[in-house]
Amino acid sequence: MNAIQVENIGKRYFIDHQKKYGGPAGLKETVVNSLQSLFGSKPQETSVKEEFWALKNVSFDVAQGDRIGIVGHNGAGKSTLLKVLSRITEPTEGRVTVRGRIASLLEVGTGFHQELTGRENIFLNGAILGMKQSEIKQHFDEIVAFAGIEKFLDTPVKRYSSGMFVRLGFAIAAHLEPEILIIDEVLAVGDAEFQRKCLGKMKDVSDSGRTILFVSHNLTAVQSLCNKAVFMNRGQMVAVGETGQIITDYMSKINQTSLVREWTTPESAPGNDQVRIKKIELMPTLAGTQTRIDVRTPIRVRFEFWNFVKNAKLNLSMHFNSMTGETIFNLASPQLDANPGLITGEVELPGNFLNDGTYTITMMIVKDAATVLYHLQESILFEIDDYRGEVAWYGKWPGSVRPYFPFTIEQAEEVNV
Amino acid sequence: MTQETIIEHGRSQKNYWSEFWKSTELFWILAKRDITVRYKQTVLGIVWSVVRPVLTTAVLFFAFGKVAGLQFEPGVPPKLAIFAGVLIWNFFANSLSQVSHSILSNSNLVSKVYFPRLILPTSSVMVGFVDFLVGFALIIPMYLWYYFKQDFMPSWQLIFLPLFLGMAYLASFGFGLFLAVMNVKYRDFTQLTPFIIQFGFYACPVAYSSMNIRQYADQWWYPLYNMNPIVGIIDGFRWTLLGGTAPFNWESFIPSLIIILVVVLSSVAFFRKRENGFVDYI
Repeated sequence: MNAIQVENIGKRYFIDHQKKYGGPAGLKETVVNSLQSLFGSKPQETSVKEEFWALKNVSFDVAQGDRIGIVGHNGAGKSTLLKVLSRITEPTEGRVTVRGRIASLLEVGTGFHQELTGRENIFLNGAILGMKQSEIKQHFDEIVAFAGIEKFLDTPVKRYSSGMFVRLGFAIAAHLEPEILIIDEVLAVGDAEFQRKCLGKMKDVSDSGRTILFVSHNLTAVQSLCNKAVFMNRGQMVAVGETGQIITDYMSKINQTSLVREWTTPESAPGNDQVRIKKIELMPTLAGTQTRIDVRTPIRVRFEFWNFVKNAKLNLSMHFNSMTGETIFNLASPQLDANPGLITGEVELPGNFLNDGTYTITMMIVKDAATVLYHLQESILFEIDDYRGEVAWYGKWPGSVRPYFPFTIEQAEEVNV
Repeated sequence: MTQETIIEHGRSQKNYWSEFWKSTELFWILAKRDITVRYKQTVLGIVWSVVRPVLTTAVLFFAFGKVAGLQFEPGVPPKLAIFAGVLIWNFFANSLSQVSHSILSNSNLVSKVYFPRLILPTSSVMVGFVDFLVGFALIIPMYLWYYFKQDFMPSWQLIFLPLFLGMAYLASFGFGLFLAVMNVKYRDFTQLTPFIIQFGFYACPVAYSSMNIRQYADQWWYPLYNMNPIVGIIDGFRWTLLGGTAPFNWESFIPSLIIILVVVLSSVAFFRKRENGFVDYI
């Protein structure tokens, strides 16, 4: 019997393009519009609503004991699908039948209260996730040991380090015993040691025959944990099947990275009356059969911009930012004695430098090494895939950079025992 | 047998109410959370629940009793009557504002995990209730004081106290639930709620007796005044606490009861209709 049956699920959102306030329609607009329509006159088009289907026509079955990985790029609708399945939001159309007790883990430490102690939060979080107080009591010592917070049980969690916070959250969730478990990207947090523990725990859960739905960007983790995968793209389910097959067939072929952004006329280009950006292009040096950028790939970043200032000393600076908005490093070009016209240049990032993840580049055009003439945030976005080679460890590789430096190890002396 | 859940647009789960009743543990733990957090990092802690109504009573007695010279029924100790009014009003007002914020202030839960959403507003009333109980304890020494001072005795009507407490709970829950739903989409109601409470404080007989209003019984607005459900609750609450000295007021009790029931039923229906869409607007 199927544990989950998904039939033609669709989820529609309206994107408000408000002319006046920017935010979603306030009470005033709604009241004014409905009053106007009450008195027969047509409501004014103060806001333009655009339909957006986050999910459309998604159907698949999950058999009892299946471990399903949901894969796809950012914005493919994975998280929306999980939210519908875990009953957090309702679908606009279609229907889902779920057989069995379901628990969803869309975040580590849902509902933790900063002011409460670790002990109090274990009971709070457990209850929120659907555990009975007696079950929590029964597993209490295991949870504390798993999280490794024995000494801080009676400290408010606001004084916890972020690592302790996450460990406690996962420890509670790991002791849930639902028939169906829904997990979203939990592995993206915590240190390496802890991630190894998490993956191990999740393997235990799946070995006990429970049904798991798992969303992650980490394909290696999906591959090791799931027997089936659902591939999603732009709100649609593209394929469902055996994990390895889905990953090699689909994931690697669709490249979300836009390798080039170009504006053909200065009028449409971002900038001001001093400078306007014309083009940003990423040129990866892909090896052999490779189709996507991974941690080994050298990338050249090429830029072109129009300068309208006479006799200016200009240089270009690029901030490389992680998805969380942190600037990882800043590269600045040498200074150029520029005259009005088109200016071009490029910089090369070596392979084995950036860690896997999604990055954006902020471009900054600087005059006299002091004045910023113009800066363009998120001028381009790109993803770097993971590559492990022989490494059989699947947790997230820690750090912002991932250099490959010469490293030696040897047995200096042997002792017979 | 395994439980089967069907997820569909606009479908109210048939077992919603049984799920709701099964979530009593969540109810208590959320209430406990709110109560524990309330006085964290304060020196006086729960004593605040006594200090605040006492200070309010003192200033109201000065403003309404001394300055404005408003009278209570003969034989009613005015400080006790005002204190009773303040207690029940605070319970209503605190609960109303807690309930109306219950969905927004728990948006981290609403957007990450499923449970019957009605748990949030129902449990958020508990903080105000504990406050009420602690403040209410002061009634006993007050009784003793007035017994020795003017031979004041409470009477059998005290047994009706839970009835009016229940009505205050339902009133704050009903009106608050409506505000909670509206708050999710329109934050205008966050601005409006404190104003409603401030307005109600003067419009309801908190610091004065509704006897002062009854002399205007021939005015056109008098029936409207009695339509305010809180008037009935405060009148009734005083009636139970002050024994025979404060008369029972049917004129405000009946409309109060009817309005509260209608509001509770309709706001629960309204809430149920909207709750599945909360996460899209929050």
